[in-house]
Amino acid sequence: MTKRGEKILLPLIAVLLGFILGSLIVIATGRSPAAMFAAMIKGFSGLDIINDVPWNTRYIGEFVINAMPIILTGLAFAFASRTGLFSIGAEGQLMVGSLAATTVALLVQAPRFIHLPLVLLASIAAGALWGAVPGFLKAKFNVHEVTVSIMMNYIALHLNNFVILNIFGSQDRVKTAFFPETALLKSPFLQSITRGSRLNWGFIPVILALIIFSFIINKTTFGYSLRAVGYNKDASRYAGMKVNRNIILSMMIAGAFAGLAGSVITVGTFNFGRAMSAAEGYGFDGIAVALVGGNEASGIFFAGMLFGMLKSAQPLMQSQGIPREIAGIIQASIVLFVAMQYGIKMLLDRFKKKQAVSADGERA
Amino acid sequence: MGYIIEMLNITKDFPGIRANDNVTLQVEERSIHALLGENGAGKSTLMSILFGLYKAEQGSIRIRGKEVSIEDPNVATSLGIGMVHQHFKLVQNFTVTENIILGSEPRKGILLDTKSAEKKVESISKLYGLAVDPRAKIEDISVGMQQRVEILKMLYRDAEILIFDEPTAVLTPQEIHELMQIMRRLVEEGKTIVLITHKLKEIKAVADRCTVLRRGRCVGTVPVSSTTEEQMAEMMVGREVNFHVGKGTAVPKDVLLRISDLDVKNSKGLLGVKKLSLEVRAGEILGLCGIDGNGQTELIQAITGLAKAEAGHIFLRDKEITNLPIKERLDLGLGHIPEDRHRHGLVLDFNLDENLVLHNYIQKPFASWGVLNKKAIKDNAVRLIEEFDVRSGQGAATPARSMSGGNQQKAIVAREIDRSPDVFIVAQPTRGLDVGAIEYIHKRIVAERDKGKAILLASLELDEIMDVSDRIAVMHGGEIVGIVQAEQTDENELGLMMSGSVRKTPMGDQA
Repeated sequence: MTKRGEKILLPLIAVLLGFILGSLIVIATGRSPAAMFAAMIKGFSGLDIINDVPWNTRYIGEFVINAMPIILTGLAFAFASRTGLFSIGAEGQLMVGSLAATTVALLVQAPRFIHLPLVLLASIAAGALWGAVPGFLKAKFNVHEVTVSIMMNYIALHLNNFVILNIFGSQDRVKTAFFPETALLKSPFLQSITRGSRLNWGFIPVILALIIFSFIINKTTFGYSLRAVGYNKDASRYAGMKVNRNIILSMMIAGAFAGLAGSVITVGTFNFGRAMSAAEGYGFDGIAVALVGGNEASGIFFAGMLFGMLKSAQPLMQSQGIPREIAGIIQASIVLFVAMQYGIKMLLDRFKKKQAVSADGERA
Repeated sequence: MGYIIEMLNITKDFPGIRANDNVTLQVEERSIHALLGENGAGKSTLMSILFGLYKAEQGSIRIRGKEVSIEDPNVATSLGIGMVHQHFKLVQNFTVTENIILGSEPRKGILLDTKSAEKKVESISKLYGLAVDPRAKIEDISVGMQQRVEILKMLYRDAEILIFDEPTAVLTPQEIHELMQIMRRLVEEGKTIVLITHKLKEIKAVADRCTVLRRGRCVGTVPVSSTTEEQMAEMMVGREVNFHVGKGTAVPKDVLLRISDLDVKNSKGLLGVKKLSLEVRAGEILGLCGIDGNGQTELIQAITGLAKAEAGHIFLRDKEITNLPIKERLDLGLGHIPEDRHRHGLVLDFNLDENLVLHNYIQKPFASWGVLNKKAIKDNAVRLIEEFDVRSGQGAATPARSMSGGNQQKAIVAREIDRSPDVFIVAQPTRGLDVGAIEYIHKRIVAERDKGKAILLASLELDEIMDVSDRIAVMHGGEIVGIVQAEQTDENELGLMMSGSVRKTPMGDQA
C-alpha cells in the first residue's frame, strides 16, 4: 500500500472500530444501535430517518458551530507538532483569545468592517503571545513546553475570570454586557437558512486558517524549515537553520490558531464575554482532532467535523434513551484506535501476507 | 576436525528486504572463521540469529553436530556462544571484575564474593595473555583494554565460540596487532572464533577460512591462505576493485582555513581540543587522524559551528568565523560532510529531494518569495541522483529513511560537493560504504582538491587517510601531535603518534 493510502485508510479503520465499539456498548445497555446512528445522522444533517418529521436544517448549523473551534485548536496542536513540539496550551490560548476579543468588542467603537477584523486580530495576537511564552522558555532555557503550557492554561483561566468579573463588571457574575452588533460574526442570513441556529460567518476564518496552515507547512520555505526542525533538530542546525527562532515562531503561530478559536466562540456562538469555572475542553478536543487528522489540514477538517457531529449527537441520543456518554466513548475509542495504528497496520500486513500465501498455495 | 557451528540454509526476512537468503555457514572447531561482506550484506543478521537475537524463517542451526533452537541470548550463552559487540557494554565506574561478574555474581552467604571472582579473572587473563588488571576501573583503561574486558566476560562464562563484531574499528594499529595475537592464542587454547569484518587485511592476517556474503546471499567459502585480497574483494563486491586512489601531486596555494590556539569543550565539559593550531591550504587534502575520541569531533564541530569555541580563532580566508552563526559560515564557503549522517546529515523523514536542498532551500531556484518551487527541487534531485549514482527505490520521492546507509551517504556527498565549497570539512565520508562507493567518493574529493579547494579529511580508517591525504595531522588528547607528509609516513609511525607515544614537530613552513 502507498504511504498516502495508508494515511487515509488507517484513521478510517480507527473510526469504524470506534463506531463498532460504541454500538456494542449500546447493545450491552439494552438499546438499539440503530437509534444511536439515527441520532448521529440527525445531528449533522437534520434528517430524521426514524420519525416522520420534516427536515430541520437547524441541526446543520449547530453541528458546524461545534466543529469550528475544535478544527482551529486541532490546527494549533498540529502546527506545533510539525515542529516537534507538544503543545497542550491551546486551551489557555483560546481563553486569552476570547478575552482579547471581549475587550476589543466592548471597548472599541467602529463600523463593522473595521471592528470585527480588529476583534479577530486581537484574539489572534493574544493567542500568539500566549504561545510565545512556552516557545521562548523552550528555546532559551530548554524548559519543557508541556509544563509551561499547562501552567499558562491556568493563568489564562484566572486572568479571564478576573478581568471579566472585576473590570467589565459583570452583572450576574458570569457574563459581560452584550457586545455591539459591529463586533459580531452573526449573520441573519445564515440563521434564516438554518432555522435560527447560531451559525455565523465564523466558518470563513476557519476555512482561511485551514488553507493558511496547509500553505505554510507544505509550500513555504518557512514550513520546510519548521518540518526539518520537527523531524531532526541537529540536522537543521547543521544546515544553518535558526532552530530556536523556529521553535518560538511555531508556538506563536499555533497560539494564533487557538486564539482565533476564542473569538470565533465569543463573538460568533455567543455575544458576550464569559467567566468560566473551568476550561471547556476545546483545547484537548483539538489534540484528538489533530491526532485523528494526522496533523494535516485536510485530515483535521474531517476529524473536526466528525467530533463536532459526535458532540451534536449527544443531546439527541439522550432523547432516544441512549446515554450521551456513549458519544464520548466513541470519540475516545477512535483516538485510542488511531494511537494504535501501528498495531492495526501490523494486523493488516499479516492479513495481506496470509492472503498472498494462500493465493500462492492455490497456484502451486 | 568437525564443524562446531553449522548454520544451514538460513533465510531471514525483514519488512521489504531479505537479509539472509539461503545462507550456509560451517565453522571448523578451533579455527578463526572470517565473515566478510559489505555493510548490509547480512553478516550481522546472520550472527544475531546465531546469538538468539533474531529468529530465522527457514534453516537450521547445529552446534557440535546437534540441532539446536536458539530462542534467546541465554540459550546461546548456555551453548557456549559469546559475542563481543562493536560497542562495548560496560559500566564505566565499575571495576573490570565487577563488570565481568555482572549478571552472575558469585556469592558467599549473602555477600558478594569479589575476591574469588578477581582471582578467577586474573587466572583467565594470564592464560590467554590478556594482561588485564582485574581491579582497574573501566573509565581508567584504554579502549583496547576495554575490549579485552569484553573478551574476558565471555571467557569467564566458559564461552567456547567467540563472535567478534568488527572488533578493530576502534583500535590503533598497535592494538589491532595485539588483538590478532590474542585471537591466535584463544584458538591455541581450544576456542573457536567467528570474525565479522569488511577489512581484508585483517582476514589475511589472522583467519583460516572466510565466508563471503553479498546482498544476503552466500558467495562462497574460501581458505584464506590460498586466496588473495583482490580475489576476496571481488567476491565481496561482485566486480574487480581498484584499491588505490589515483591522484597527482598536490599544488597547495593560499591558506584558506587557519585555526589558532583553539580550545573546545567536549560533551563531558572538559577541554576536548586544547590550544590547537592548524592550517589547510587551497589545493591540498589535510588528513586528520587519531583514535576515536581524541578531539577530532570537537575540532570539526567548532569549525563548522556545531560546537562553541572556548578560546582561540578560526579564519576562513581572512574572515574570522569563530563565533559566526552556521548559516553565515556556509555562505562564506564552508562545506561539511558530517560524521554522523543520521544525526546531522539527513532529515530521515524527508524525501530524498527535500534532503538534497537542506542548505539551499531558501535560495533561487528552489524558492522565490518564500514559496518552495517543488519542480526545481525535484529536478535538482534527479540531476544529483544521476550524477552521483544514488540508488533509491522511488527516485527523488524516496523517503531518506528507507535508503541504504551507503546511498544515504552518497546523497550527502552529492549535496555537499555540488555546493562546491572553498573549505570542505569531510568527516568519515566512507564509513560503512561498499568498496565501489568508497572508490567513487575518494575520486570526487580529489577532484575538489584539484579545483583548488582546501579539504580537511577526518577519518578513523587509516588506509583512507594515507591514500587520500597529501599531509596528515595526527591528534592525541585534543592536540596535534604531529604533521607528516602522506607519502613519507607509514601505518606504524602514525599509530605510534595516535597512541601519544611519539611526537613529531610539524614539517614545512609551520614552525
